[in-house]
Amino acid sequence: MNPPNKTSLQEQSIGGGILSFLGRVLLAVSIPLIAFYVLYQGFIFLRDSDAPRAVITLVAIVWGVGGVAILYWIFNNIVERLPGLWTERLLPFVFVGPAMAILSWYLAIPTARTFWISLFDKDGPPEGLNFLQQLASDSFVGIGNYLAVFTPGGLMWEALRNNLMWIIFGSTFSVAFGLIIAVLADRSRFEKAAKSFIFLPMAISFVGASIIWNFIYEYRPAGQPQVGLLNAIVTGLGGVPQSYPQWVDIAPWNNLFLIVIVIWLQAGFSMVLFSAALKGIPDELLEAARIDGATEVQIFFRIMIPYIQGTIISVFTTVVIFTLKIFDVVWVMTGGQFGTHVIATQFYRQSFTNRNSGFGSAIAIVLLIAVIPVMIYNLRQFREQEAF
Amino acid sequence: MDSGKKQKRISSLIVNGILLLLVIVWTVPTLGIFVSSFRVRDEIATSGWWNILPHKEWQKVKEIDTTELGLDPDSVMTIEGATGTFDEFRNGVETPNGERITWIGNKRLGRVEIQKNVWAVSWNFTLDNYKQVLGGQDFEFKKSDGTVEIVPGDNMNGAFLNSLAVAVPSTVIPILIAAFAAYAFAWMKFPGRRWLFITVVALLVVPLQIALVPILRDYRALNLNGTFLAIWLAHTGFGLALATYLLFNYISTLPRDILESAFIDGASHFTVFIRLILPLSVPALASFAIFQFLWVWNDYLVALIFLGGNPEFELVTQRMAAIVGSRGSEWHLLTAGAFVSMVLPLLVFFSMQRYFVRGLLAGSVKG
Repeated sequence: MNPPNKTSLQEQSIGGGILSFLGRVLLAVSIPLIAFYVLYQGFIFLRDSDAPRAVITLVAIVWGVGGVAILYWIFNNIVERLPGLWTERLLPFVFVGPAMAILSWYLAIPTARTFWISLFDKDGPPEGLNFLQQLASDSFVGIGNYLAVFTPGGLMWEALRNNLMWIIFGSTFSVAFGLIIAVLADRSRFEKAAKSFIFLPMAISFVGASIIWNFIYEYRPAGQPQVGLLNAIVTGLGGVPQSYPQWVDIAPWNNLFLIVIVIWLQAGFSMVLFSAALKGIPDELLEAARIDGATEVQIFFRIMIPYIQGTIISVFTTVVIFTLKIFDVVWVMTGGQFGTHVIATQFYRQSFTNRNSGFGSAIAIVLLIAVIPVMIYNLRQFREQEAF
Repeated sequence: MDSGKKQKRISSLIVNGILLLLVIVWTVPTLGIFVSSFRVRDEIATSGWWNILPHKEWQKVKEIDTTELGLDPDSVMTIEGATGTFDEFRNGVETPNGERITWIGNKRLGRVEIQKNVWAVSWNFTLDNYKQVLGGQDFEFKKSDGTVEIVPGDNMNGAFLNSLAVAVPSTVIPILIAAFAAYAFAWMKFPGRRWLFITVVALLVVPLQIALVPILRDYRALNLNGTFLAIWLAHTGFGLALATYLLFNYISTLPRDILESAFIDGASHFTVFIRLILPLSVPALASFAIFQFLWVWNDYLVALIFLGGNPEFELVTQRMAAIVGSRGSEWHLLTAGAFVSMVLPLLVFFSMQRYFVRGLLAGSVKG
């Protein structure tokens, strides 16, 4: 490895500096662009051909993956043939550039663009006008969309309330169940088997999970044999069958029947992380506590919980982010009806069903703002690690 | 000593007992779907799947024509020693010897059944549900009374292939690009390195909803909407931050001296990357690959937006959601379909669970 030495950097003329900057940006952008073009052409060719789908799939995979790999190879060869100093300046950008360019196109720049769109009414910023003309146009509404999001009793009010329920109940119970199971499994001979069973739902899609739970909530009018497990139990105990997620009488508590699904899916995730953290507690510590006569409950609250506090916080944040963005479950189970809309379903409805991109974008920005504390925490952690 | 041992046994019994209970609660939902997917269509619709367990059930032992009995359904009747009105007989009246008399049908044309309460299991299993849900052609369904009903198949086969065509490139392409970037961050020095990596870390938790509207506009301008390429690139973009971060964490911990001796031998960065770093990073690559694969396979939102309503390119999740929407009570299709959609993720998951857990522990949080 050849770290650039200081003198060579200082000797850079201004012209060289500009050139190398341009070269770097050019590399970063051109690899993905060419890759995109090559893929696009191949893709059009495949789409127009009449081959069986399995063949197309296979060719597409080889083409897509192989094409990208070959491009890296070609650009690397070109840059390696440049004079030594230029290789040194440009080579890192052959490696890192494409990733950064794609990240910019797909996440960084869209954030700014979405924010810009969120300042306009349903048609978005008028096309063909420049920045200032857009600002002066009639469709510019300033923070109007944001005011609409936070209007008490408005369209989003229900979604915000429901998302709060999701966070409070969904996250708390996922973490609590994960912790309980991890602690119990740690003491059981059947640890591995038990953990696999709890973990299994993590491989199931939200859509699949929605079907699974729809089957449990399946409703038949009273008097008919109940096919759904929950209603069979309820009628068996002499209760009245209900179509639970659609039970408007108890709104907003019918949301809990949807939240259960995500608890079921997510408990395995927190269990795995807690299980690993619990294994990190030194045995001597637990042994000493037991000799001193501590009960298992005391050990749990006084030793285990404080010891794995860091893990609890990070698992909790992860699950909160997850529940904040919940979409599929609600969309498939109720479509947001019966008082079950959440932020992400309203985002979809406003942006794509109602085609009100201004309002939809404002909702997306609200979602982003909600995760900013986590982002700051991540960055602070990163700075503390001193990996750079 | 003896009491201590006893106490230990009791506490282990409690621990395993609670654990077993939780495992059962967590497994029963999936089990219900699994069992039901093999049951005959009519049985799914009329009885709970738990009826495959031994249970008490009223079964017909004898049938009587009501006209033969010469009864007046409008007054109180006595049949085989049981007395009741028509409405009571409709719900079944028990005779003193433990049998049940049930009036089936209406007052004039009905028949009377004498039923016995016996132990039974309903073990009529079939593969028809899978055949119907997988096939693209019309499916003939024989009803119990002999008539044939033609129902359209659900073409899960096609959806399955589509999902595969989306998921594999959407997994491999970001890994490739991210591995190059992670190598550069870990082993090369260049201006802006720190800031670029901070950008990656910041983008880790950005919700992908933020990008959907602008990207959709770009795709419309490029005429890419509703194509596989669109969705590959979208998944690449959304997965890249996490991929770069995870792979960097791993690649930066590889021993320095291996690389340095390679450089002394005159190897270029590219050679070192291909010959040394990639093979050494297989565990990290595998754990991200599993994540991304499961994520893409199970994704619904991104597919919904970028593949849109083109039924030819429908993915498994879209297909399932469509069946829920249009035929939400046809459980013989939904259960079989749900299981088809779960087969591949479950296989990947169980065969590579070790890598999956490792990936989780390395801090996988996706925006």
